[in-house]
Amino acid sequence: MKKFLLSSIIIIIGITFIGRLSYLQVFSFSPNQILEDTAVKAIYDYPERGYIYDRNGELMVANQPAYDVMVIPREVEPLDTMEFCSLLGINKEQFILKLKKAKVYSPRLPSVLVPQLSKEDYAGLQEKMRKYEGFYIQKRSLRDYVTHSAANVLGYISEVNDSDLAKNTYYIAGELTGRTGIEKQYESILRGKKGVQLIQKDRFNRDIGPYKEGTLDTLPKQGKDIRITLDKVLQEYGEKLMHGKRGGIVAIEPESGEILAMISGPTYNPSLLVGRERSKNYTKLYYDSIAKPTWDRSILAQPSPGSPFKTLNALVALQEGVMTSDTKVRCYNGFYVGNIKRGCHCGGGLRDMNSGIYKSCNAYFAHTFRRIYDKYPTTDEGMDVWEKHMKSFGLGGYLGSDIYTGAPGRIPSKKYYDNVYGDGRWSSSFIISNSIGQGEVAATPIQLANMTAAIANRGYYYTPHVIKKIGDDDIDIPNFTQRKYTTIDKEHFEPIIEGMANVYKHGTANRLRIDGIDIAGKTGTVENFTKIDSVRTQLTDHSVFVAFAPVDNPKIAIAVYIENGYFGSRYAGHIASLLIEKYLKGEITRKDLEQRMLEKTLEHEYAKPYSGQPFKINEYVW
Amino acid sequence: MFGKSVLKRIDWFTILLYLLLTSIGWLNIYSSTFSEDSLSILDFSELYGKQLFFIGLSFLVIIVILALETNFFERFSGLLYIIAIASLLGLFVFGKTVAGATSWYNLGFFNFQPSELAKVATALALAKYLSDIQTDIKRGKHQLYAFLIIFIPALLIIPQPDPGSALVFLALIFVLFREGVPLFYLGIGLVLILIFVTTLMYGTIWVGIGLALIIILFFFFKKATFKVPIFPVVLFFLATIIFSLSVNFVFNNVFEQRHRDRFGLWLRLEKDPDKLEEIRKSIGYNTYQSEKAIESGGFFGKGFLEGTRTKGDFVPEQHSDYIFSTVGEEWGFVGTATVIILFTLLLLRLVHIAERQKSAFNRMYGYGVISILLFHYFINIGMVIGILPTIGIPLPFFSYGGSSMLGFSILLFVLLKLDTNRLNEWH
Repeated sequence: MKKFLLSSIIIIIGITFIGRLSYLQVFSFSPNQILEDTAVKAIYDYPERGYIYDRNGELMVANQPAYDVMVIPREVEPLDTMEFCSLLGINKEQFILKLKKAKVYSPRLPSVLVPQLSKEDYAGLQEKMRKYEGFYIQKRSLRDYVTHSAANVLGYISEVNDSDLAKNTYYIAGELTGRTGIEKQYESILRGKKGVQLIQKDRFNRDIGPYKEGTLDTLPKQGKDIRITLDKVLQEYGEKLMHGKRGGIVAIEPESGEILAMISGPTYNPSLLVGRERSKNYTKLYYDSIAKPTWDRSILAQPSPGSPFKTLNALVALQEGVMTSDTKVRCYNGFYVGNIKRGCHCGGGLRDMNSGIYKSCNAYFAHTFRRIYDKYPTTDEGMDVWEKHMKSFGLGGYLGSDIYTGAPGRIPSKKYYDNVYGDGRWSSSFIISNSIGQGEVAATPIQLANMTAAIANRGYYYTPHVIKKIGDDDIDIPNFTQRKYTTIDKEHFEPIIEGMANVYKHGTANRLRIDGIDIAGKTGTVENFTKIDSVRTQLTDHSVFVAFAPVDNPKIAIAVYIENGYFGSRYAGHIASLLIEKYLKGEITRKDLEQRMLEKTLEHEYAKPYSGQPFKINEYVW
Repeated sequence: MFGKSVLKRIDWFTILLYLLLTSIGWLNIYSSTFSEDSLSILDFSELYGKQLFFIGLSFLVIIVILALETNFFERFSGLLYIIAIASLLGLFVFGKTVAGATSWYNLGFFNFQPSELAKVATALALAKYLSDIQTDIKRGKHQLYAFLIIFIPALLIIPQPDPGSALVFLALIFVLFREGVPLFYLGIGLVLILIFVTTLMYGTIWVGIGLALIIILFFFFKKATFKVPIFPVVLFFLATIIFSLSVNFVFNNVFEQRHRDRFGLWLRLEKDPDKLEEIRKSIGYNTYQSEKAIESGGFFGKGFLEGTRTKGDFVPEQHSDYIFSTVGEEWGFVGTATVIILFTLLLLRLVHIAERQKSAFNRMYGYGVISILLFHYFINIGMVIGILPTIGIPLPFFSYGGSSMLGFSILLFVLLKLDTNRLNEWH
């Protein structure tokens, strides 16, 4: 028995060892360990981020070098702190604090001491740098904006955060990624692909040569330039006009769905989010909860569309055959819902579709709306048909554009009203406000612009988008290159467009005509409410305007929404008219109109709800 | 030089295993010590070059051993033992201190470590004494002498200080069990180790409760006819408690902090995972790095000369005591399993060889060789893969070191030489 004791011990030890080794090498082994291996350091070579050009090839966003002053705390030798601080443009306390922070992070690894020096600061520092042991300068690439505009569309880049890292293994901490707008949407195209060089390290973290003779190293892949659909000139001009006003403007080329301008007011200079002042500026912009400059009103604001929505109700009525363009309705300076009279500003009298549109008669469209519903035995069925038509114009849901953010607006369904009033406890008279674009309907400026483009095209639209070319290639994205048809037949559009053209000729916008250009448009004046100390308070109406031009061969469709701008023909109408002229003619002939828009601001209007005093709304301005 | 019969009777299988282990070992020493700018494998300024020299020297010594008279070792074992003891004593006067331990003679071209050869001499002397016709291992006095043969060199080595090497001599006790010392002693030893470990892990109270439970269960399930001697059982119980209490005392008052840390780490006494990780990276740095290196090898390894942690010198003493971690990193599980299998085969083969000896001396020496090799192999790899506490002794045929390479070669080939005369024909 003793003979076998030793053999058994030998075998048991062997099995134990193999068991432990298989645990270590087979079960604990992690396959992508090169990057986790402390013995291998990866040095990344970052390609330059792609440039962004406008639709005409004008440069909008480029890159600029910036210089981070780095420190390796362990290697710092005693130095002339005063001189060094003055070179860096920081004071001694900051310097000591930053050095301490770097030491806490790691005495051996480099930390950023002063980020993003400008070229000028760098020039002064560069020649003296070698005097300071343990400090060095690391170049990196930042965005350089060749425009002051389109901050909301272009977006910005910032350092990746923990959730980015968890979602995408491409990134490592400290790298930059597109955070909003185009920078985010086209991140992988713009950024290219970083190259990597693997370095073998020893246990003191010193480099001792390339890992595997560099066979796993890769070269960086250049980011691609992109061309976007914005017209830089139009965009900049629109932002100038928006001075002191809040709201959103979207201009679309109807024949392609390309977004020509997308303006949100107030906006900010995109350069503010680059460089040393970045975090200070960002905080200021982001926490401005009243003006909300980082909130893109052109795609996120969802006001009621107001009167422009009447054109759609007219189209639905024609399509459903419940009216013709000649059907007459009498307006008694208003209309009755049950026993309650609702007002109308059209002046009263007999209205047909044409004058109903250009005079924006509420009574006419309330009647139109009733007729659509009355065609069907139940309100539910009428509601479904109406909803289907409206949604075919891209309303009441996300458009699916390539703008990173968005809002769905609202086309109320029967389910919506069932929830509000209870099943079967509402009828068309409950929802009559929808006939004039008030009430429950809501649409973002981009949806209104798209709806206008669909009218301009007489029945179809392309999903609005901002990408035009990637590198040298035109885009080939079916969602942006295929027509989306509305449920309205082509022939029904002409009477509506005629009415919209008359808005300029005889109607609410007759003072906004442009010589030599036929425009079709529609004003909107939208009642709106806010809560002041939890009391529902009405504010000055929003000014809304949609238009397209030229009528016969539309090149631009535009929607303008100005918060608390009162009549649609005032701010929104003016701005729309100026932008159309600027885009089609290249210059402005009506200098007085332009001057007024550049000077007038609505700041006094926006201050009212915060004044703590009672205030008047819808005051006369000019 | 030597008769044809030696070549015919020598155990070629063992020689094959020896050559395999030695060459795999050297390749790994090469990998863990080479630098891009070294010139050739015979560059004696590099450690792998030196090791190659010692392997060559070992081959020469092996030839000499095989050429000697078979009964040379039995006849001169006493003398060799005395020389070994003298050489250990001489260290106190002439010894050279390397890394804090006075374990070497400076022989000019290399430092010679007499403790490595003392293992051979002690194994021979022990075999000689036990196989003597007048020795009766059942007698306490003779057992004492046998223990003295083992303990004297160990006691001389401890103050060098080299407790690891000293511990190796205790492995020779195993020979005594093979030759008739009751296993009861071994049993007591194991029980003591068990109580030691469980006391550290769970405390005296739980050890007491656990033991009481075992005794109660034993009473419950025993055959009705079996009469339990009550008194010894109570005595055993009390002795356990006293021992357990003294373990606490020794651990907290006699051990130094580094010993406590090593045991604490080995038995995972620290329960807070963050703190444990901290201890692993500081006190257990060597083991932590060697485990990580082995783990990073995966199933197939990173390839010869491709071990990133080996190249980066992340594992301290990698070419000597931690050489097995190079195998793990560069050859993966395939490599480590191969080495384990080779060692297992070698040891089993040696058991077979020892058991087939007619002469008691040969057999006992064989067991001495097995005990020493097994102890080195078990402690070293157990340490490198993190299942045993850190005890710095080399891995036979693998670790860098001239004295140990020579020592293990001599140890093994003396046995093979004896084995050529296993039928005791030339006596």
